[in-house]
Amino acid sequence: MLPNFNYVRPATLSDAVRQLTPNARVHAGGTDLLGCLRDGVFTADTLVSLSAIEELRGIRPALDGGVAIGAMTTLTTVASDSRIAERYPALSRGVTAAASPQLRNQGTIGGNICQRPRCWYYRGEFQCARKGGEKCYAAEGENQFHCVFGGEVCFYVHPSDAAPALVALEAMVRIVGPSGARSVAADAFFVLPSKDYTRETVLGPGEIVTGIVLPAQPRGTYGTYRKVRARGAWDFALAGAAVVATIAEGRVGRVRIVLSGVAPIPWRVPEAERVLVGQRLSAKSAAKAAAAAVEGAEPLAQNAYKVDMLRGAVEEALLELA
Amino acid sequence: MGGKKDDNERRSSRGVTRRGFFTAVGAGAVGAAAIGRAQAPGEAAIATAGEPAKVALRINGRAYRLLVEPRWTLLFVLRERLGLSGAKAGCERGECGTCTVLIDGVPRYACTTLAVEAEGHEITTLEGLMNGDKLGPVQQAFLEEDALQCGYCTPGQIMAAEGLLRANPRPTLDEIRTGMSGNLCRCGAYTHIFKAVQKASELKKAGGR
Ligand SMILES: Cc1cc2nc3c(=O)[nH]c(=O)nc-3n(C[C@H](O)[C@H](O)[C@H](O)COP(=O)(O)OP(=O)(O)OC[C@H]3O[C@@H](n4cnc5c(N)ncnc54)[C@H](O)[C@@H]3O)c2cc1C
Ligand code: FES
Ligand code: FES
Repeated sequence: MLPNFNYVRPATLSDAVRQLTPNARVHAGGTDLLGCLRDGVFTADTLVSLSAIEELRGIRPALDGGVAIGAMTTLTTVASDSRIAERYPALSRGVTAAASPQLRNQGTIGGNICQRPRCWYYRGEFQCARKGGEKCYAAEGENQFHCVFGGEVCFYVHPSDAAPALVALEAMVRIVGPSGARSVAADAFFVLPSKDYTRETVLGPGEIVTGIVLPAQPRGTYGTYRKVRARGAWDFALAGAAVVATIAEGRVGRVRIVLSGVAPIPWRVPEAERVLVGQRLSAKSAAKAAAAAVEGAEPLAQNAYKVDMLRGAVEEALLELA
Repeated sequence: MGGKKDDNERRSSRGVTRRGFFTAVGAGAVGAAAIGRAQAPGEAAIATAGEPAKVALRINGRAYRLLVEPRWTLLFVLRERLGLSGAKAGCERGECGTCTVLIDGVPRYACTTLAVEAEGHEITTLEGLMNGDKLGPVQQAFLEEDALQCGYCTPGQIMAAEGLLRANPRPTLDEIRTGMSGNLCRCGAYTHIFKAVQKASELKKAGGR
């Protein structure tokens, strides 16, 4: 049985923002939220359901030739949208690789980027730093599924398969809160533990993600997402890479490589990108970029295997675009 | 299911007083409706912690009016309030699939769906796949292909297959594997399960409902 909470289903966004009192939580699809409440990871006085707010659902053309996705759009809807499959294949593959069919039918894109860490200490009965305790138990504990980049004080990996693609596509996250609307680059939406180990996103009190805007991509832009996991079907990424590259006359112009499963935020690797600019995509340049991508990785006691996996994932993703 | 986290003591210590809630809600409520009737434009639906609210659910084509607490999952309501025990309780965390039901024809986990969220949607459970006293085509196919051992995952597998075939009546083996990937079988009957889905596709094509 879940612990007690009030439930409110506002009809408008402004009412939803007003209902988000300090210990209230947004309920989107509930797939992540209800698990956390059941396991006592955090509590909620009130759940504010967004399910009656129609404007948050659906995929529409945006200004400047981009595409806007409402926060309450399910992962299945994103995965089966032909515009997204054609123009933003990295995202399409990311959401297709996430969770299971049932969870994609229910889980939303907004909830996917706001989902809480899957670290087993955080989800388990440990009063870890992220839950107001003293330390990160993963640093010296069972850390085979933890991060190799950007941990410093808390070593979880960001669980989303959509987020790396959103960062690689330079998407914007639209937010509405008590003081109005704002937009944040996907890149700046996620918060590193060294900056604030109590939260994963820049959302402030009462703020709601209302949608995501994918900018138009220049002609000759290609993308993909490669996810490595222990099982062929639903499982979180052990390592992965979203790649988006614009190729003109056979040579790489702009390229973005963003890693999943290895850092507390979608982890961009500018060094690897730099290796590729001006080059042809070949087995050689892909291998060189993949080596640059893992440069600086700091594995914990039990997860050095991720470094090789990551190198392979980046290489394979790049070769897919060649 | 009752882990020590779920004990009553802790629950009530987290509870919210009715007055506290309405003060908070009243602050900005545009207009508040009790749950259980159609939500008018601009109106918020509200249910208070620990207090059963009237909820209208449509299950297997039948309308039910029920008293439901906000924290009750659809799975709990189906099994414990309505005696529809087709959907099974396994992990109750969205990991195993044995609680799969169709919501508006699409497979979802009843354990991660609040009953209050299912209002206004068409819910189909295993019981709803029966053809009177006879098994429906997907059920029949699982029987004929011997697609189970202990059977605990079977109701969920059948609902997932039903949803898959509604969306894609002639799936390839790969599409079946993907479509069924949200349902675990601890007995490992997967090969037979995939065969049963193919068989169900044929039975449906041959005129099964
Ligand atoms: C068994 C299992 C396996 C999974 N595997 C994967 C995987 O491989 N890859 C992957 O990417 N994901 C995976 N997931 C996560 C899944 O994709 C997310 O649970 C889902 O996308 C969350 O969406 P939701 O709408 O259900 O969010 P909810 O559960 O409703 O919300 C999640 C969190 O975000 C907050 N929130 C939700 N929407 C908003 C909003 N619009 N504004 C502000 N805050 C908001 C909520 O308050 C809550 O804290 C898995 C989940 C499970 C249970
Ligand atoms: S009981 Fe719902 S997925 Fe396991
Ligand atoms: S038949 Fe036993 S779990 Fe599937």
